[in-house]
Amino acid sequence: MSTSIRTQTIVIEPVTRVEGHGKVTIQVDEQRRVRQARLHIVEFRGFERFIQGRPFWEVPVLVQRLCGICPVSHHLAAAKAMDLIVGAPHLTPTAEKMRRLMHYGQMLQSHALHFFHLCSPDFLFGFDADPAVRNIIGVAKRFPELAVQGVMLRKYGQEVIKATAGKKIHGTGAIPGGVNKNLSIAERDALLKDLDQIMTWSEGALALARDITLKHLDELAGFGSFESNHLSLVRGDGAMDFYHGNLCAIDAKGRPIFDQVDYQRYLDYIAEEVRPWSYMKFPFIRSLGPETGWYRVGPLARVNLCRFIPTPNAETARKEFFEATGGRPNNMTMAYHWARMIELLHAAEVIRDLLHDPDLQGTDLVVRGERRAEAVGLIEAPRGTLVHHYVVNERDQVVRCNLIVSTTNNNTPMNRAVERVAEQYLNGVEITEGLLNRIEVAIRAYDPCLSCATHALGQMPLIVEIVGPDGAVLARRTRDA
Amino acid sequence: MTRRVLVIGYGNPGRLDDGLGPACADALREREIPGVTVDSDYQLTVEDSAAAAAHDTVVFVDAALDGPEPFAWSPTPAASVAGIGTHTLDPGAVIELAHSAFGAHPEGWMLAIRGYEFDEFGERLSPAAQKNLDAALEFLDSWLRAEVARAPGATPPEGGKDRKETR
Repeated sequence: MSTSIRTQTIVIEPVTRVEGHGKVTIQVDEQRRVRQARLHIVEFRGFERFIQGRPFWEVPVLVQRLCGICPVSHHLAAAKAMDLIVGAPHLTPTAEKMRRLMHYGQMLQSHALHFFHLCSPDFLFGFDADPAVRNIIGVAKRFPELAVQGVMLRKYGQEVIKATAGKKIHGTGAIPGGVNKNLSIAERDALLKDLDQIMTWSEGALALARDITLKHLDELAGFGSFESNHLSLVRGDGAMDFYHGNLCAIDAKGRPIFDQVDYQRYLDYIAEEVRPWSYMKFPFIRSLGPETGWYRVGPLARVNLCRFIPTPNAETARKEFFEATGGRPNNMTMAYHWARMIELLHAAEVIRDLLHDPDLQGTDLVVRGERRAEAVGLIEAPRGTLVHHYVVNERDQVVRCNLIVSTTNNNTPMNRAVERVAEQYLNGVEITEGLLNRIEVAIRAYDPCLSCATHALGQMPLIVEIVGPDGAVLARRTRDA
Repeated sequence: MTRRVLVIGYGNPGRLDDGLGPACADALREREIPGVTVDSDYQLTVEDSAAAAAHDTVVFVDAALDGPEPFAWSPTPAASVAGIGTHTLDPGAVIELAHSAFGAHPEGWMLAIRGYEFDEFGERLSPAAQKNLDAALEFLDSWLRAEVARAPGATPPEGGKDRKETR
């Protein structure tokens, strides 16, 4: 005899006109137990089609149209693929270091924005604080020095990007086979001027994330947490490297799943599953299958995976991070913030070292080699592993393109995090302010980019709905924008 | 003494009419109006508050999904932020953050230029949006020249009788 379990669905829907669209549905059975949680993120689609037929050398600029939040990641991932298309697997020292400076500048600004703008309000005011206060303006009113630090760290990262990419919109710094500019002495000196302050603020942000996490470890350890595999790019010697390396994956206990794989063969190791209820695909490790092969990417995965961080202060912080888990990988969702600030400090240290490197003033900017038709560019973007895969025809036109963005790689983990929070905090079918806040907090830990890069005026409020087994809306809640 | 005026045109030029803000900024930059600083970006973010704090007046220029044609002109009072996880700020939040974090009190204005096509990739403006941009530029040019020269304590230049309030 089979029994069917009637379920009800709770829908939490932040509706924005075009700035991305996330919706959470929580399915409960008649006993009000959580059966499943789903995070729906509607991506703007059609980019792969748009890029077809375009000359390959335009691609590193064109792909910045994908996202107004992290255009540099797409710019560099595409440029790395096009390096191979023009037969330049090894760039000149000036070209590679300019790109690294751009990328670590982006990492600094993106992590600073996330921590101070999106995470610190939750940490400083508590998850139950009024959303009208629990935001960056609230932080600025109560902790103005901290808000200024966040703004200025972000601004500094943007200045690094401008100096290396040439401009803020549609930067052109990276081109197939190299870069189109070096760093002038004047640009270098302008960036060096504020560097000591940036280092101090980065250390302070790390201390804040670490101290709050450790102080509230009892509450945070289980919050939206679960064991998972982890995947990232790692340098050949095991060092953390955001720009280049090989693909590595470990399981929740730290055992290798695959190690130092050439990412040109990523399709041999990673597959994507399509599920009917979501526009976003669900990547998984082929050897494990879709049920158990999903993985985390981003700061937590990167810190868990690397054997060391090649800058001294960040390496000290990494060791401290591992002490909290007895040397095992950290599977706490809320540990993303601590890991993110370790990376922020690492980015600041790398920027400091690069600014003192005379190679940045070199004039040998571009190399060319034997042309090929297909290539993969892979980079560790702020939110995690980003894959760009292109096929180019003999007329230099892109004929095929496949992208796996960081937020897609974290698709299943974000669903799991929401499910865990719902299991922990949902009581009946009432969507309390506390539940809503905690779902937001869990999703935010992954820093998903819900933006589709167009944002014109017309934002709408957050809408929450409870839907019964027959599809009827049982309750509805709106948070004004 | 002239007023320090900042214009920020924002949007994604790769998404058709969403590029109205940067297009306006580009055109304005060419006019080289004394006392006016012009910036452009994909979106407004927290560091714009630092730039806003260094000016007396900030004009935000964005594409509008709906609303008056050819454009809407309205004051932008300081406002708080909301939203589940956006990385961007609204103009009012930029003004508020300039005050809360940096202790400055810039006056904010919003120029919302009506656009029509947003849902495709492409680096061009629709003909109707281009027409609206031309009208907005003529208005903004004269308004900025008057604003730069505005004496302390004087009221801001007229916004024009056809300029409706945005939502």
